[in-house]
Amino acid sequence: MDVNVVKLIAAAIALLPLFGVGLALGKLFSSFIEAVGRNPGAKKDVFQIGMIGAAMTEAIAIFALVVSLILIFVVK
Amino acid sequence: MSANPMHQFEIRSIVPMELGGINLAFTNSSLLMILTVLASTLLMVVPMVRAGKIPTRWQSIPEMLYEFIYGLIRDVVGSDGLRYLPFVFSLFMMVLMGNMLGMLPYSFTFTSHIIVTAGLGILVISVVTIMGFVNHGTHFLSLFAPAGLPKFIYLILIPIEVISFLSRPITLAVRLAANMTAGHTVLKVFALFSVQMGLIFGLAPMLMNSMLVALELLVATLQAYIFTILTCVYLKDAIELH
Repeated sequence: MDVNVVKLIAAAIALLPLFGVGLALGKLFSSFIEAVGRNPGAKKDVFQIGMIGAAMTEAIAIFALVVSLILIFVVK
Repeated sequence: MSANPMHQFEIRSIVPMELGGINLAFTNSSLLMILTVLASTLLMVVPMVRAGKIPTRWQSIPEMLYEFIYGLIRDVVGSDGLRYLPFVFSLFMMVLMGNMLGMLPYSFTFTSHIIVTAGLGILVISVVTIMGFVNHGTHFLSLFAPAGLPKFIYLILIPIEVISFLSRPITLAVRLAANMTAGHTVLKVFALFSVQMGLIFGLAPMLMNSMLVALELLVATLQAYIFTILTCVYLKDAIELH
């Protein structure tokens, strides 16, 4: 197989972890909404840790994207 | 037209200088860093020149920024952590202004380069480690060996804890650089679509682009906040050792 074809297939497989990331973000924000729904006064307290959790989870998505971009642009 | 979305991240030298074989040129990255310092300083100093007890619109900006970081440090690190306020505040303002100034047209985002964010990450971990040793001496190493566990677990636990501690500057650096690079690349890709699709059909990618600019502004602020709050969490770990 041509190396360019394999590169593109590998770059696509590198993005499979985004499935887990989407699931994690959905769970996070659903629990945030439920917590605020049950106790509207807790909004300010859970918001901070919710944002931290979201940014850390999105960082994993960005790591996967970086691996994919490296495979396309850097590997000869 | 050979437009490439990755051309925006190239470093171009504005004033070439060389000293003993080392390229010390004044580049677009250096220019943006100087503008970041100028913007932060002007934003903090100028409204406070004639400061009153009741803040005016402009005066409330430095006051809100200061209170935000003050509250953040006090909540995460505790009252002793307030001596690190200048450090954390400078870090926050540099990342925030750097990200924001990169959103201007024809500008350059210096935080999208891994060497810059790695420098910031190494700075954070050095400050955390040095302050840990200064405050606790060699007892700082008990951070890697929490008390009250069966003896044999320490053999696996200590390397895992050390590796996870050393991976902190790496994740800080890569998170910021990759977020900035990915955001700006997507913006340029949609701009390229706009150019290629002509005058009428090119309006749709332009609409998408404007929504992405809004998202990018949010991500720029959020990433600065995340960098700062993780710095505070690592400081707390080093100062309070649990």
